[in-house]
Amino acid sequence: MTRIQLNVNETIHDVEVEPRHSLVDTLREGCGLTGSHIGCEHGVCGACTVLVDDQPVRGCLMFAVQADGKDIRTVEGLDDDGAFNALQQAFHEHHALQCGFCTPGMLMLATWIVERGLPVDDNELREIMASNLCRCTGYRNILRAVRAVLDASGQDGAGA
Amino acid sequence: MTLIGKSVPRLEDRELLTGTGRFAGDQNFEGQLHMRVVRASLAHGRILSVDTAAAAASPGVFAVWTGVDVADVSPINLRPGSALQDLEKCRQHILAQDIVRYVGEPVAVVFADDPYRAEDAAELIWADIEELPPVVGLMDMPGEFAPGVSTEPAVLVKGYGDVDAAFASAAHIVDCELSVGRHAGVPLETRGALAIWNDDENRLEFHAAAKIPHTNRIALAELLGLELDQLHLFEGHVGGGFGVRGEIYPDEVLVNLAALRFRRPVKWIEDRMEHLVAANHSREQTHRIRAAINADGLILAIDDEFWFNQGAYARTHGATVPVVSATMLPGPYKVPAYRATGRIRLTNVTPAGTYRGPGRYETTFVREQLMDTIAAELDLDPLAVRRTNLIAADEMPYERPFEIGGKPIIYDSGDYPESLARFLDHVDYDAVQAEMAERRASGEMAGAAIICFVELGGDGPFDDVRVEMDTDGRVEVITGVASVGQGVETVIAQICADTLGIDYAGITVTHGQTDRIARGQGARASRVTVMTGNATHKAASGVRGMLLEKAAELLQSPVETLEISDGVIGIVEGLGEGPSVTVAAAAAEILRGQNAPRIAVEESFENDRATYSFGAQLAVVVVDPLTAGVTVERFAVVYDIGRAVNPMLVEGQLVGGAVQGIGGALFEEFLYDETGQPLSVSFADYLMPTAAEVPDVECLVLEDSPSTTNPLTLKSGGDPGITGAGAAIAAAIGDAIGRPGAIKRLPVTPLRLRAILRGDADRKQEKNNAENGVST
Amino acid sequence: MKPASFEYVTAESWDAAAASLAEHGDDALILAGGQSLVPVMNFRLAQPAVLVDVNVIPDSAYLQIDGDSLRIGALTRHVRFEAPGIDGPLGRLLPRIAHHIAHLPIRMRGTFGGSLAHADPASEWCTLARTLDAVMIAQSVTGERRIAAADFFHSALATDLADDEVLREVELPALGPDWRCGFAEFNRRAGDFAIVQSVAVIELHEGQIVSARIGVGGATETPQRSGAAEKALLGGAPTSELFAEAAGAAADAIEDFLTDQQANADLRRDLVRVMVLRALEDAVSAG
Repeated sequence: MTRIQLNVNETIHDVEVEPRHSLVDTLREGCGLTGSHIGCEHGVCGACTVLVDDQPVRGCLMFAVQADGKDIRTVEGLDDDGAFNALQQAFHEHHALQCGFCTPGMLMLATWIVERGLPVDDNELREIMASNLCRCTGYRNILRAVRAVLDASGQDGAGA
Repeated sequence: MTLIGKSVPRLEDRELLTGTGRFAGDQNFEGQLHMRVVRASLAHGRILSVDTAAAAASPGVFAVWTGVDVADVSPINLRPGSALQDLEKCRQHILAQDIVRYVGEPVAVVFADDPYRAEDAAELIWADIEELPPVVGLMDMPGEFAPGVSTEPAVLVKGYGDVDAAFASAAHIVDCELSVGRHAGVPLETRGALAIWNDDENRLEFHAAAKIPHTNRIALAELLGLELDQLHLFEGHVGGGFGVRGEIYPDEVLVNLAALRFRRPVKWIEDRMEHLVAANHSREQTHRIRAAINADGLILAIDDEFWFNQGAYARTHGATVPVVSATMLPGPYKVPAYRATGRIRLTNVTPAGTYRGPGRYETTFVREQLMDTIAAELDLDPLAVRRTNLIAADEMPYERPFEIGGKPIIYDSGDYPESLARFLDHVDYDAVQAEMAERRASGEMAGAAIICFVELGGDGPFDDVRVEMDTDGRVEVITGVASVGQGVETVIAQICADTLGIDYAGITVTHGQTDRIARGQGARASRVTVMTGNATHKAASGVRGMLLEKAAELLQSPVETLEISDGVIGIVEGLGEGPSVTVAAAAAEILRGQNAPRIAVEESFENDRATYSFGAQLAVVVVDPLTAGVTVERFAVVYDIGRAVNPMLVEGQLVGGAVQGIGGALFEEFLYDETGQPLSVSFADYLMPTAAEVPDVECLVLEDSPSTTNPLTLKSGGDPGITGAGAAIAAAIGDAIGRPGAIKRLPVTPLRLRAILRGDADRKQEKNNAENGVST
Repeated sequence: MKPASFEYVTAESWDAAAASLAEHGDDALILAGGQSLVPVMNFRLAQPAVLVDVNVIPDSAYLQIDGDSLRIGALTRHVRFEAPGIDGPLGRLLPRIAHHIAHLPIRMRGTFGGSLAHADPASEWCTLARTLDAVMIAQSVTGERRIAAADFFHSALATDLADDEVLREVELPALGPDWRCGFAEFNRRAGDFAIVQSVAVIELHEGQIVSARIGVGGATETPQRSGAAEKALLGGAPTSELFAEAAGAAADAIEDFLTDQQANADLRRDLVRVMVLRALEDAVSAG
């Protein structure tokens, strides 16, 4: 076992891990942050997507020891003391979730897209969101929700 | 303000959007053991021995069980009413006893202090299995499940009318062989369960239960040898069900049994590879279907023989899927004479159960391809053939002269031709067809098609709901339903709020907790909105009556003059101006008199009539003739839901279902090699649609034909998105390649489509050769 | 699907990585992006006793033109190739290939060197490396070894790298302005492993093809150059007819097709024909 420090949503967590403990398992068990979910453990479904140093990473394919000292953001860090952020509000208004299992991963991936600050047209948005699987919504409303947030911040694909 | 019909945002969303949900994996109990199942790696064999010594000595291991340790537990029973002929002799033990019958069958189980170590120990277990020849093909000659029990344990026959006479005098006979590939719901959350013995309450508590908690409670208590009040089930958040989750599997029984025997909490979360070989499969059917038709394409009779691949064992659904298949195959068409012979076959692959739209996805594909084949053989327009056969509005309610589960099949309401016409208009089908013609003329293999179906739902026989209100006017609706993520809480809250005249936002809807209400039917077969909705309305009406009575007293005005709106009870004539009393105040007054903390009204809604609704789907596809790849360019669904409580949620169900259905039409299949080894064991093999494979699904939700079977006139909406998708994609591909009816098998993979295209090319070449006098 | 236990070691340099490999032999594996290795470990198909994490090695990710070579640091992430900052036809080809690799989050972690060392038959970079006759530079405690692409790929998931060698850098020829490069691949869904892919690189001089490298991946255990296709193209004009002929030659020359539940030999043969053709067309239209 090794002691590591995970900086998650600007809070330091001291955890003891074996090298083989995945980042997502450690976030869920060691840090008690069960918002990030495990859907496949082979890097395909994206339910475990978190941001590591502002980049979307599949938490099932990174070992916790690799994340020691890195800046990690999960779904639990999105809301402002209970108030939805723009993406959460858009998902809520557009009915972009049903069972909610894929939702944290979708939100973190979408967070990266929005924070990038670049224009994103519909094709590119669809392509990026195709990184994550959803079994309930059929994707339409998820794309609408993210598109709404992008448009509100001037990142539609129309301009350059 | 009426809340029924409003697309209000969901009450469920908050926890799910903030990552504070309680899915099975999120729950933990102090001192819990982690369970890991060891599964057979051969498809068929006799267990000679299971060596557990190394596993038992492995770090962190508390116990290891094999079949011997659970031999006293009965095999898992079929749900009441689902048995047929010898199916009950084909049930599965929770751990294999002497024989293993599919790769993935539980043969041993490890309990350890952590899931990593449980898996380490499981790897050390060696099962010595003497191989037996497997039966892998659905159409293979039946073998023996056990001495005296055939692997064709049941054959069902359903029908009506004089089929043979119709065939004898028919102008034409059309016949096809059509198959749907093995696939299933595959929710994003794998299965899981936790069980804990509660010493204070002297009961076992099964957490992270799903789908049909009350029904499962009865069955589990029996299996575990417990009195009913010694077992309670509790549902948390559920990551999708689709029919697959929430049935009684060996795994859940083992979790509960272990908690009972060890008197320690036990937690089990399956991994994805396990899910793909252990959770119910579905859909695999082959039909040999014949239709007797007249010169206009009117069907005079259908005679269908089909084979259903149940897999290695009968599961809790018993004969449900083949029975529903046989019953629903005629769909929205008259079909005056009909015979279906369904052969249930056991093979050495993962056992099967229901999957969204069970029996209807498959038979809609079969029936609609039959329609296209009729059109092709008689040189008629495919839509015209459908119109010719559609049940007319003046024939409603339309009764098919047979029954399902003892209940008659009565299509309660609908104007099918009108709904179809509105859909054609909505999607501008004329323009679509013109565009396809143009594109084909310029060499593209583009095609479009519309198919029709009927969906059913609202299965009874009853639902109980208790509506409680406290002194602050806050409401809790206690139901016996379950949530798989579909928005149950919101819909029920809307109905309750609408009945009571209050806001829906403060209403708590409780579900999946067997200790809060005595009976429940859970969430299955698209029943919740209809059954629970009506029961809620009934119970809430009771509370409303009490509030109005008290208000009449307080306002000195007869009940008939009062109305409730936005939480305020006032006199209708001057509502908002005259004397009024808040709902909360009225409730407080009632409760002061009773010295009770809450008003409570419990009602039961009984219904033995299902609801039936018309739907149609449009698919536009383009085929790459060189690679045999298929792109879905456009997909649309129309569904007459009678009355939508929350149109936004209905659309969500339609879109989600359609995408799953497209998955089954083009991508998803559980494949096996000739020895019964599963080939689809990860998400790299079992392919589900991403956002890039599907267009935005368009929805037209009609509310033209309210149901006549229940006071709220509701119909169901959970399944219709998926029901027609296989048929729609197949028909559109047929149109694209110039041969309606050509697609005989789902999923349409490049491998299969290539063979069809080659066959077409060869036939075309032969024809050219013949015309040009070239000998081959 | 949790992996078996392993000891975790961080290498601060390529020398340190090589030393760890020398110490542990075939019990140790290199952890780079992990996007291919970790799934394999989670399925317990690989159970290394030691994982050597090379992610912190400085100056290990770069795209550098050095004379007539493009030197690629093994730890260069796939996403970097989407904007490689390299002039010329290779600089235009790399983003078009990178775009096809899995999905964005995987491209952010997965590495060029990792893909080559993993040697999946459907790996885009492996096909590129074979087509352009890349040179792999492997390091061990005994020094450096240059391995030609033709010798590098042994079979599916097996390379010429010895147990004590780590892939440090790859050299690709920096193609001059007369070259046209194209790529095409077929898969079931966007981002899936390719069933068949092709890299087609031709040099034009006065309207004639004077050199050609045609690579096919996903069709056989290892990526291969198609001598038959290259021969068909030499001296000819870049027309659709000639491309179709070359593509046909490529398809007909392959004998040991992979077969799996996605595609049998017949389908793969057809796909080779189509992908080589489309890669050539891509070369002249976008390349």
